[in-house]
Amino acid sequence: MGYYQNIYTQVQVHPLHPEAGVTIPEIEKRVGKGGFSYLAGLVGNAQVGPIYLGTLGTLSLASGFIAFEIIGLNMWASVNWDPVQFLRQLPWLALEPPRPEHGLKILPPMAEGGWWLLAGFFLTASILLWWVRLFRRARALGLGYHVPWAFASAIWLYLVLGFIRPILMGSWSEAVPFGIFPHLDWTAAFSLRYGNLFYNPFHMLSIAFLYGSTLLFAMHGATILAVSRYGGEREIEQIVDRGTATERAALFWRWTMGFNATMESVHRWLWWFAFLTTLTGGIGILLTGTVVDNWYLWAVKHGVAPSYPLIYGPVVDPLNPGGTP
Amino acid sequence: MKLALQILGVVVAVLLTGAMFGTAGWTRPPVRSEQTGFRGTGMVQVQNPRTLAAKIDANAAPAPQDPAPPGGDPATQTYQNVQVLTDLSTDQFNRVMASITEWVSPEQGCAYCHNVENMADDSVYAKTVARSMLRMVRHINADWKNHVGQTGVTCYTCHRGNPVPQAVWHDNPGPPHAQGFAARDGGQNHPAPEAGLSSLNYDPYKVLLGNKDIDQNAVRVAATTALPTAPSKPIQTAEQTYALMIHMSEGLGVNCTYCHNTRAFSSWSESTPKRVTAWHGIRLVRDINGNYITPLTPVLPEARLGPEGDAPKANCTTCHQGLAKPLNGAQMLKDYPELAGGPMTPAK
Repeated sequence: MGYYQNIYTQVQVHPLHPEAGVTIPEIEKRVGKGGFSYLAGLVGNAQVGPIYLGTLGTLSLASGFIAFEIIGLNMWASVNWDPVQFLRQLPWLALEPPRPEHGLKILPPMAEGGWWLLAGFFLTASILLWWVRLFRRARALGLGYHVPWAFASAIWLYLVLGFIRPILMGSWSEAVPFGIFPHLDWTAAFSLRYGNLFYNPFHMLSIAFLYGSTLLFAMHGATILAVSRYGGEREIEQIVDRGTATERAALFWRWTMGFNATMESVHRWLWWFAFLTTLTGGIGILLTGTVVDNWYLWAVKHGVAPSYPLIYGPVVDPLNPGGTP
Repeated sequence: MKLALQILGVVVAVLLTGAMFGTAGWTRPPVRSEQTGFRGTGMVQVQNPRTLAAKIDANAAPAPQDPAPPGGDPATQTYQNVQVLTDLSTDQFNRVMASITEWVSPEQGCAYCHNVENMADDSVYAKTVARSMLRMVRHINADWKNHVGQTGVTCYTCHRGNPVPQAVWHDNPGPPHAQGFAARDGGQNHPAPEAGLSSLNYDPYKVLLGNKDIDQNAVRVAATTALPTAPSKPIQTAEQTYALMIHMSEGLGVNCTYCHNTRAFSSWSESTPKRVTAWHGIRLVRDINGNYITPLTPVLPEARLGPEGDAPKANCTTCHQGLAKPLNGAQMLKDYPELAGGPMTPAK
């Protein structure tokens, strides 16, 4: 009997027959009867399926597959169709956005960014279709829309990076390449180009929410695991029907930091921190280059960046001894 | 099932750990961090004393030849066809020739440049190259003091006993690529040893170091005002600059903070004086590539040319070879007044 659960002892509980779930009007669209998987049970619910794919899900997966193929095949072409080099260099390979000279052209040559636009179109279609699907599935099950709106925040950042900001800057070349290392190198170059993104206050907020999310997540997960021996896993019931698990968890945090979230509020904290990470991040990217061109100089102007003693003596720009910042 | 998974997990973990240690880029401790700027600004140089000592050993300067006795006949009277070292005495001239042999062609000897039947003959291409290189060395020592200071350069600074210096670059067309309408790589997105194995530009040199007439602001990508005023430079130029800066960092064996304060890379007032020296170094490299090396392209045999048919050119590593000061700052030039020379005209 799996009663005592914590981070070390994991139990898999499942019924004899897969659960069909609640009855909804579109129940006939569910595919399969479901089954049990030990591997799935190691990381989540042991029951896999039935699933509901529907029109939106099918279109989304198809669009995503097309984007994946466009990106992957162009990467393979960039090593001259050599399968060994494709595998060895995969983390370095990329599909680049159009060159700067093409501006916002809808149809640049395929070799110079056309494929990137096509891949971006299908990837965006896939993501947006998946979002509508999430929204409709939440409605079908009578849920709140917390999950689709949280996903929308991530989509906002994605759209700012690859669509909205490039349009405001007047060039697709401002967008991110598709590639593992290349998108990271792009990020570093982006920060260098715009005078250090760390001085962007919305980047600061985004980092605070991102790290805050992980901290809150760790605190909450640890708290619930720690009080699971007292029924703490029934945290949602305990929002209104507070038991000893909640009492002990609350007391623990009041003792250690003088304040505690509640079984209800901790989930709002978590949701808002996650939601605001990409929301503020997207605002920060949107302002970069469009409204602010050099975040360091902006921070100096507004008293954000401290000044330190210049211990090397005056160092002046050889091109402009009169003074370049 | 459960046991099999656990065993599999352990095996995968061991293999991944082994693979991690087997990949390049690891350095065994100790790693020494030395503060070079105001506290809290992160201005530090990170060095591993063991690898640094090995690098310094590998960059030792050779002992100078005995100095030439003063006076004597001018070399132009003793020898025929002396075009560059016209201001030297015969003894000085002979000393330079012996040193060049020691520095550049120790195994091949005089015959690497000369027709030994007739030393005045210009039939060997390497002699034409050597003339141009002598002009270049004297030009650097006379006109680029803001980079080379009183330390100066000699042939050995780059050659180190090799007819062609080991660290040279050619225009790099990139690895083979599918043609037709397949997307192009934009000069990046392959493992680039030039840029610290990042996916940045694999040939940052051609544009930024190979073109002597390039816009003086070509390397600068960050905006100079807080708010947008002029059309901004594309991210792609920032990536190119970034690749060049990684090359400089690796070529000199220093961190970014040797020259820059990383909180504001573009700011001169935040930078160290070394950045001014490096700025002149970039111009020096463009000058010698554009005015001394590239004009030699028609003279060079095909084996010396790169895939694009261009001459082997210089970058920071050519002289520095992993140290902030080439040959660890050894002042070879003071023992070779013959090479200090005045301004010379570039080779035609």
